[in-house]
Amino acid sequence: MNSHRRPAIERGAEGAPLCAWEPVIGLEMHVELDTRTKMFCACEVTKGDAPNTHTCPKCLAHPGALPVVNQRAIEYAARIALALNCSVRPRNIFHRKNYFYPDLPKAYQISQYDEPLAVEGWFDYWVDDEKLRCRINRVHMEEDAAKLVHAGGDAGRIAGSDYSMVDFNRGGTPLIEIVSEPDIPSPEAAREFLQQLRNLVIELGVSACNMEEGQIRWDANVSVRPEGSSDLGTRTELKNMNSFRYLQQALDAEIPRQIEVIEAGGKIDLETLHFDPDTGTTTPLRSKEEAHDYRYFPEPDLVPLVIDRAWVEELRATQPELPAARVERFASQYGLSRADALVLGSAHALAAFYEEVVSLGVGAKPAANWTMGEYLAHLNAAGLEAGHGHVTAERLAKLVKLVADGTISTSSGKDVFARMISERAEPEEIVEKHGLGQISDTSELEDAVARVVADNAAQVEQYRGGKQQVLGFLVGQVMKATGGRANPQVVSELLRTALDG
Amino acid sequence: MIGEDDVRYVAKLARLRLEQDEVARMAGELAKILAHIDKMSELDVADVPPTAHVLDVVNVTRPDKPRPGLSREDALRNAPAVSDDCFRVPRMG
Repeated sequence: MNSHRRPAIERGAEGAPLCAWEPVIGLEMHVELDTRTKMFCACEVTKGDAPNTHTCPKCLAHPGALPVVNQRAIEYAARIALALNCSVRPRNIFHRKNYFYPDLPKAYQISQYDEPLAVEGWFDYWVDDEKLRCRINRVHMEEDAAKLVHAGGDAGRIAGSDYSMVDFNRGGTPLIEIVSEPDIPSPEAAREFLQQLRNLVIELGVSACNMEEGQIRWDANVSVRPEGSSDLGTRTELKNMNSFRYLQQALDAEIPRQIEVIEAGGKIDLETLHFDPDTGTTTPLRSKEEAHDYRYFPEPDLVPLVIDRAWVEELRATQPELPAARVERFASQYGLSRADALVLGSAHALAAFYEEVVSLGVGAKPAANWTMGEYLAHLNAAGLEAGHGHVTAERLAKLVKLVADGTISTSSGKDVFARMISERAEPEEIVEKHGLGQISDTSELEDAVARVVADNAAQVEQYRGGKQQVLGFLVGQVMKATGGRANPQVVSELLRTALDG
Repeated sequence: MIGEDDVRYVAKLARLRLEQDEVARMAGELAKILAHIDKMSELDVADVPPTAHVLDVVNVTRPDKPRPGLSREDALRNAPAVSDDCFRVPRMG
């Protein structure tokens, strides 16, 4: 059984028939584009500037101000659509989505409705070594809302706040909505789907998808059904999540809740839920029944957008290499396993780092091992993005070369790597300063070998009795005695001579 | 037909507070307006594409080039209340 295709959850109380359930998940992703200006006005899109310093009569919704579409935003949106194998529709209409909220000064959001930018695509993503396909329903363009800060009460939370403050710098930022079909079979697959979709958008260079800054947010729709059924159950919606981990946790909590309700004879209500990471539970948001009636109608202030076929083909021809293609290339060009190619090739920054190390004259395999091993562990521990920090591709390449040409052993190499970070020095300086050079000189190693043979009589006897694999243990002891500096091949030869002779 | 419940619902969506006599009057007036609109349904428009815009113009766009907007002082000039350089609004939720 494949856990990703059929993560059936088997439950059945005593006396009740055993019934297996499967979750059905659909996702929506919102991406703020990295255009220079807003979607419908020429105000600069910025991060971290003082509040309300990038506004104009359009994004503040002063009467009579008319929106004009940002060309670059259309291009970026179309690039996303093409990367998701969608058909870019020749005729686009913007609609007004009406609702009242203080982050929306016009009392409507300009969005797209029944004539969106692009429809009917798909996205292939990997869960472990299994490729899954999710159909993409649509990609459309809209504008982001302003930023609300809730003051008083419980630090930034809506509940108990005394009043709210609105910063319109973000209001009107180009926002792309990507809507999947309900093809995602598990919370883990949902997380993978979103991570890989984020990598894809970053690759296109249309958004940095910075999660701390809220440049991407997700909604998940989830329902359960008897395993193998093709019907869809009533879904609930988990709104506005901006962490992969919370999204998975929320789904992990919501799916068993739905199964429990149904097995107890209850009904799932179509509702919007809030996930509380502190308690790990989902609770309904205040009923917004009326708020869901958005009364869409065509935006009279924007004329239709007619998308030129030749322009779309021009975009298609100038798309960058996408992660899926790069993973394939890494596997064939560098002779990497699929798993390694996925680790190194999925995300733009790490892939670029790896290729730079290789381009500096390091073998593809050792470069892969060091990038995935020490370097990736370092990035994770330090919370750094690939390409940042003291360990540049150039420094890692120098280190790997020192190991490859036998100047230092692999274990000394790991030591040098750690010291590169703590001492912020060049690898060759560290080798010099700490005397980490590999000892290949037999006369220097003979003492250590003799000591290890003398101190490990039992293992020596085992070896002589025919247990060849004990040699590895003895080599390890010599390595330990020399602080990892001994050349293991030379040690191995010396040991054989000492033991077999 | 439009009933009083419909009127109250639409009024709520539009954030309008209507008194009971206004609800009753609006129900009557809206019913008349809808009946008038319904007359158009008598026309055969099977071959007419939906018209989102009356202008025969498409693709009004602009290059992605920033232009200065309002100073913060000007932006906040119309705000009924200001706090920490932001528009201050009543508590939400």
